[in-house]
Amino acid sequence: MSMPTSPNAPRLIVIGNGMVGHHLIEQLIACGAPRDYAITVFGEERHIAYDRVHLSEYFSGRDADSLALASADDYAAHGIDLRLHDTVTAIDRDANEVVTESGRHPYDRLVLATGSYPFVPPIPGNDREKCLVYRTLDDLDAIREAAEDATTGVVVGGGLLGLEAANALRGLNLDTAVVEFAPRLMPMQVDAEGGTLLREKIEALGVQVLTGRATQHIEAGETSFHRMVFQDDKMLETDLIVFSAGIRPRDQLARDCALEIGERGGVVIDDRCLTSDPSILAVGEVALWQESIFGLVAPGYQMAKVAAATLTEGDATFTGADMSTKLKLLGVDVGAIGDAHGERTPGARTFRYLDEIKQEYRKLVVSSDGKKLLGAMLVGDNATYDTLMQYYANGLALPQDPASLILPSSEGAPTLGPDALPDTATLCSCHNVTKGDVCATLDAGALDLASIKGETKASTGCGGCAALLKSVVDHELAARGVEVDQSICEHFAYTRQELYSLVRVEGIKTFSELIEKHGTAAGHGLGSSSAPKLGSSSAPRLGCDICKPAVTSILAACFNEPITDAAHVPLQDTNDTFMANMQKNGTYSVVPRIPGGEVTPEKLIVLGEVGKKYGLYTKITGGQRVDLFGAQLHQLPDIWGELIEAGFETGHAYGKATRTVKSCVGSTWCRYGVQDSVGMAIHLEERYKGLRSPHKLKFAVSGCTRECAEAQSKDVGMIATENGWNLYVCGNGGMRPRHGELFATDLDDEQLIRTIDRFLMFYIRTADRLQRTSVWRENLEGGLDYLKDVVLDDSLGLGDELETQMQHIIDTYECEWANTLSDPEKLKRFRTFVNDDSPDPDIIATEERGQLRPA
Amino acid sequence: MNAATAIDNDVTWQTLCSKTDLVAHSGVAARLDGTDTQVALLYLPGQTPEVYAVDNHDPFSNANVIARGIVGDIKGEPVIASPLYKQHFRLNDGVCVEDESVHLRTWEVKMEDDDVMIKA
Repeated sequence: MSMPTSPNAPRLIVIGNGMVGHHLIEQLIACGAPRDYAITVFGEERHIAYDRVHLSEYFSGRDADSLALASADDYAAHGIDLRLHDTVTAIDRDANEVVTESGRHPYDRLVLATGSYPFVPPIPGNDREKCLVYRTLDDLDAIREAAEDATTGVVVGGGLLGLEAANALRGLNLDTAVVEFAPRLMPMQVDAEGGTLLREKIEALGVQVLTGRATQHIEAGETSFHRMVFQDDKMLETDLIVFSAGIRPRDQLARDCALEIGERGGVVIDDRCLTSDPSILAVGEVALWQESIFGLVAPGYQMAKVAAATLTEGDATFTGADMSTKLKLLGVDVGAIGDAHGERTPGARTFRYLDEIKQEYRKLVVSSDGKKLLGAMLVGDNATYDTLMQYYANGLALPQDPASLILPSSEGAPTLGPDALPDTATLCSCHNVTKGDVCATLDAGALDLASIKGETKASTGCGGCAALLKSVVDHELAARGVEVDQSICEHFAYTRQELYSLVRVEGIKTFSELIEKHGTAAGHGLGSSSAPKLGSSSAPRLGCDICKPAVTSILAACFNEPITDAAHVPLQDTNDTFMANMQKNGTYSVVPRIPGGEVTPEKLIVLGEVGKKYGLYTKITGGQRVDLFGAQLHQLPDIWGELIEAGFETGHAYGKATRTVKSCVGSTWCRYGVQDSVGMAIHLEERYKGLRSPHKLKFAVSGCTRECAEAQSKDVGMIATENGWNLYVCGNGGMRPRHGELFATDLDDEQLIRTIDRFLMFYIRTADRLQRTSVWRENLEGGLDYLKDVVLDDSLGLGDELETQMQHIIDTYECEWANTLSDPEKLKRFRTFVNDDSPDPDIIATEERGQLRPA
Repeated sequence: MNAATAIDNDVTWQTLCSKTDLVAHSGVAARLDGTDTQVALLYLPGQTPEVYAVDNHDPFSNANVIARGIVGDIKGEPVIASPLYKQHFRLNDGVCVEDESVHLRTWEVKMEDDDVMIKA
């Protein structure tokens, strides 16, 4: 939470809530501006700022919420007044007021972040029905609606945005064509050879490509809704047309109030993002800096950062931005760095590599002496982009033979190690994080990749720099002599993953065997003063509260012997030992499993009766079950005797294990449901109950896209589609919320189960101790693509093994409470005192709202 | 209460429980005869000593839970970790590793036949 703004604080209004407008708010929050300003944001759209870069995913399973960059609550938490769907119609500079549909709003400082609009070429007929643009979520809804009775679609414009739009039309199963005025696709980024290759690759995907075509007019078609007539009287019929032929700055508000505007549009700004009226700033695609509009998100973010500094008396300046880009359009890699065409520097020389079989094209533009990289162009494979970008951005001296950088890797291209990068090297261009920033964060105490990402935001934009960032972090830690000790604790010089392999490969089934065979030698690290009474030869190696529970979890995942067996009992945290959750006064809470949150009235009555009989405080959990608090140790067996009698099983609320599968009511009752989400949730919960893992596991199943079960905040989330299930993974609520990522779409039940089996078992094998799936995913080298390769495409050939191991766990499931109740020896542990049957006299309860709670 | 008392060199030894009441490599709680004191008995078979007794009361949480912690060692020194906030206490002298100004009381324990006896 932020400090409250003073009532007399100057008023700051931001017009526009797109990606850059939102980034400005983030930067302002980072500068503490909500203390100094009363901030109001006007957004024209219904939606809060969303990720426009990934807009085409809207048609492949992502919805508005998952594209959202923030929630209204985030704004409110910082006291920022967010007004969506309220269009600003005028700026009254004399009165210092902004006029919107809802009224007049005074400002002291104003920021224009209105972005751009799609350019629609002045072609007669361009205003026909089903002539659309591709820019906003509402545009996409309109395209989807128009596509309902369409079979073909045309995109006018073969640039970056045009190909994105073509991808979207393919996502709607339309036969798609791209019409480009220039003689090749992406004329800004690629040359003729690259363009030819790009065209071939895109045509191979079934997208028709027409270049060098100027549309003369659009009229009613004979076989389709539209007919497009070109300059040579050739024609193309289509049901739907999307214009995506470039953008224009949305500068009308600025024009109307007579701010300085560039000749070809755009609000003129200086290096501090100030317009010709110093109380007004502009950022993003509406802003014109040194006669350039920057149509990419990274420069917009840089402007946002500068504007935030300007507003808070910081001293940052905008110095222009590099327009290098790395893209994957329709699945085809395209990269352009610096002067990719070699037109801007006299005497520039080029190296080119073209492979028409693999369909890869790479070009280097170098200085006349061959020492510096001026630009580069990549089609078909962006693997070399990061390295080339570093040579370019940091002016590094090229290797003796620059061609080695673009030849196939078997030719042994020298790799550019992280040590060769200067501190000024930009690692993450989305958030403008340099190697120096990363080093400073390391110096301030960050010790792993996840905390570097959290502190600097590096690699949290497009994610393209993840591998580079990791190599820099690893290298820097090693270079400054920080020994990155991966040992789980002082008793084992191994990581959790290594211990897992040892257990599995050697079939080790107990902690004592593992510590005997693989524990650090007795006396290892024994300080001479810390244990004076113990010689190193007799020093016990007992393990500790870190390795013991971790190893127990590994043993459970490999062999699934009952955790209640004598060999495992002393290894676990009290919650696992006594199969209940210890609360702050030493009593326990009890959570029986309620699969999918479905419970009969009879069973619900039993929960009520048990709660009443034992005087337990009763609360509904977030995971759709019932928590009964306040049981003393000796009461647990009696309570569970009654619960098991009524048909309940243990809920593992105490374990690093499968917790719950939350569900909405689904197609059984809900008029919107498209699949039986409750049935699936129960099936999944029954399947994975008892599975122990590095940390707790939460699931949810939603029966339709309204997502009432909040599946995208779970480790594993399912959202029903007309055709099956969309699977999301690695989401998290809690302290650091993370949206789950769409992992696979339209899976049938069998595919879904197989995918989850593999995903979970791969996580269990490779995660660190107490690492949730979200953090595991963020530290996973290769990211989501790698995870998909392993799980969906079985790139490691592990699929069968992972499924078999999961099946073993499922086949050996046993309710731990039923197991305990059947064994008098195990029940002996459930005594508050071994020499007295009375309860703990120090536990005192008081009544509140009709229930007992600790006094 | 099943505690019996015996006199041994002017010191009172109290029988707390039987050896079969103990849980190997872990703890159980017992009450000291005639007092409000609860002790945690920690049983480390094969070590010397084999049984430790410390306060069951956790000074950080004010709950009687120490017996339900995990027994382990820090650099060879046997310790128990509080199950609530995870501070470690040395079994030999009761001192808290994270904050040496805090400690648990400790008692001597011996085994006679199957009896677990505490000097208190």
